[in-house]
Amino acid sequence: MPSLLAIDGLKVQFPLRDGIVRAVDGVSLAVDAGEVLGLVGESGSGKSVTGFAVLGLVDPPGRIAAGTIRFRGADLIGRPEAELRRMRGRDIAMVFQDPLMTLNPVLRIDTQMTEAITAHERVSARAARARARDALAAVGIASPDARLFAYPHQLSGGMRQRVAIAIALLHRPALVIADEPTTALDVTIQSQIVAQMQALCADAGTALIWITHDLALISGFADRVAVMYAGRIVEQGPVGAVLSAPLHPYTRGLIGSLLGGGAPGAPLAQIPGLPPSPMNLPPGCAFAPRCPRADATCATAPDNTAHPGGRMVRCWHPHAALETVA
Amino acid sequence: MTVSFESVPTPARDSGLVRVWREFAESRVALAALACVVALFALALAAPWIAPQNPYDLAQLSILDNKLPPGSQSIDGMTYWLGTDDQGRDLVSAILYGLRLSLFVAATATALALAIGAAAGTIAAYFGGIVDAAIMRVVDIQLSFPAILIALTLLAILGKGVDKVVIALVLVQWAYYARTIRGSALVERRREYIEAARVLALSPARIMFRHLLPNAFPPLIVVATVQVAHAISLEATLSFLGVGVPITEPSLGLLIANGYGYMLSGLYWIAFYPGVALLAAILAINLVGDRLADIMNPRLKR
Repeated sequence: MPSLLAIDGLKVQFPLRDGIVRAVDGVSLAVDAGEVLGLVGESGSGKSVTGFAVLGLVDPPGRIAAGTIRFRGADLIGRPEAELRRMRGRDIAMVFQDPLMTLNPVLRIDTQMTEAITAHERVSARAARARARDALAAVGIASPDARLFAYPHQLSGGMRQRVAIAIALLHRPALVIADEPTTALDVTIQSQIVAQMQALCADAGTALIWITHDLALISGFADRVAVMYAGRIVEQGPVGAVLSAPLHPYTRGLIGSLLGGGAPGAPLAQIPGLPPSPMNLPPGCAFAPRCPRADATCATAPDNTAHPGGRMVRCWHPHAALETVA
Repeated sequence: MTVSFESVPTPARDSGLVRVWREFAESRVALAALACVVALFALALAAPWIAPQNPYDLAQLSILDNKLPPGSQSIDGMTYWLGTDDQGRDLVSAILYGLRLSLFVAATATALALAIGAAAGTIAAYFGGIVDAAIMRVVDIQLSFPAILIALTLLAILGKGVDKVVIALVLVQWAYYARTIRGSALVERRREYIEAARVLALSPARIMFRHLLPNAFPPLIVVATVQVAHAISLEATLSFLGVGVPITEPSLGLLIANGYGYMLSGLYWIAFYPGVALLAAILAINLVGDRLADIMNPRLKR
């Protein structure tokens, strides 16, 4: 059975005056129906751009330079805008990072929800409102009838994100792309939202791409994880295996940078250096300048190599799968 | 399947309008100016009922009463508190009707220019690229000519008339609004809620006019207030120069032009009192606009 979403060799570039920014430089990943994929990486590694590319929302001057994005087997790249629009929100939905920014401050919740419904379905205003109400109740909002009439600024951050999730799930999409949806929230609210989202997606059989830089969060509920670095996926595989025994030195570095690993008072572990500018990526492995294992071979870019257990890594000198993180 | 409930926050926060009003009222000058604006608009609206005579009805005018000084009696016993002009028109009535015309022209022109300018600016900001460049170059060209020059040229082509003055004022003013709203819409365009609206597959028209425009609108309130005053003075200038409204329906500018010739012969009131009314209207509206600008500008917040 083909994957729900299969991205292959995706390249997204932004030609600027001083050069081409290669935001996404050959990403390949697949998501099956109902699966939760964690997409992890530092800021600027191309996670969000990948998400927008799937929705066909790469704004000019950005363009998709190469690759295919197959959704239910059909390539989305180059499809007319009208067709993509019919798909957005109904088949593939998105939840954004900052719930204060994703709800329009001047429109009431009910207006924003009903217009999301009527964008795809011809229903009466009354029916749309009833569905909006049920959707709010389903994401755990107390007294949804009253909240329908609220403006976004009258709701708390967690509540706003619940509304955003309710909107994303209105049409029971096959895939939801969540772009760091809990980063702006308190940890307690964060775990509530994650649990809620997990339950709702499991109920509806919705696949989820959870974009984040928070490995700890991902370890809790993703099925698989893909680690991005400088526009490429350097490692992917089942979440338990990748996080307990990472193959790629970068993944290892990321996990090592998590707080709480070392002895109290000991200097915190970190990856030396900075990610390369996406405007001039090194010719070989993009991580080589910061990598403790780099040598002359790393001057040529490594290919994706499959490892046992459904894992992939893009490295000349991967750690052995048996080496667990100290 | 619910996980837990958050406590319900109280939505008891000031709505934006209440806050704006409270800050506005902190300035007594602005309050006085606002009262003045309201009073002038009320007088203008009520002119047909409160004016002692109808200055447009030539049958009511008596040429024998011409150029009487303020406080004179007419032959049928009516007092001309501000005197009469060379046609024997009661200046109080003429000013009320003139104010009515001036404010009507300015308000109509501003509303139309605002609608056109806001739509053009929003479209430019939303689509960007060639659409943006095309609209904004037209704006640039428009703004590079003095307003009065454009208006004069247009009226020379179109001819006299209230409707033509309105058209001229709209054509002169829409560019200001277009440029102002494009600036703020470009900022709002980058906000996530626009991206979110696109992800929800809302139509571009809906995103532009329901989501982008209302959020980009506040700076225009200030511009529009100031532009009303500007429109009044521009209309007065055009009428003063004799290309504005017809002589049978004098606006404030035309009344001033009428009396201008008599200034040096000592008959100051024919031009002076319409001038005072014009000054009061423009000053009051500008003061209100300035206060609004202060409130809306977050950098001036204490």
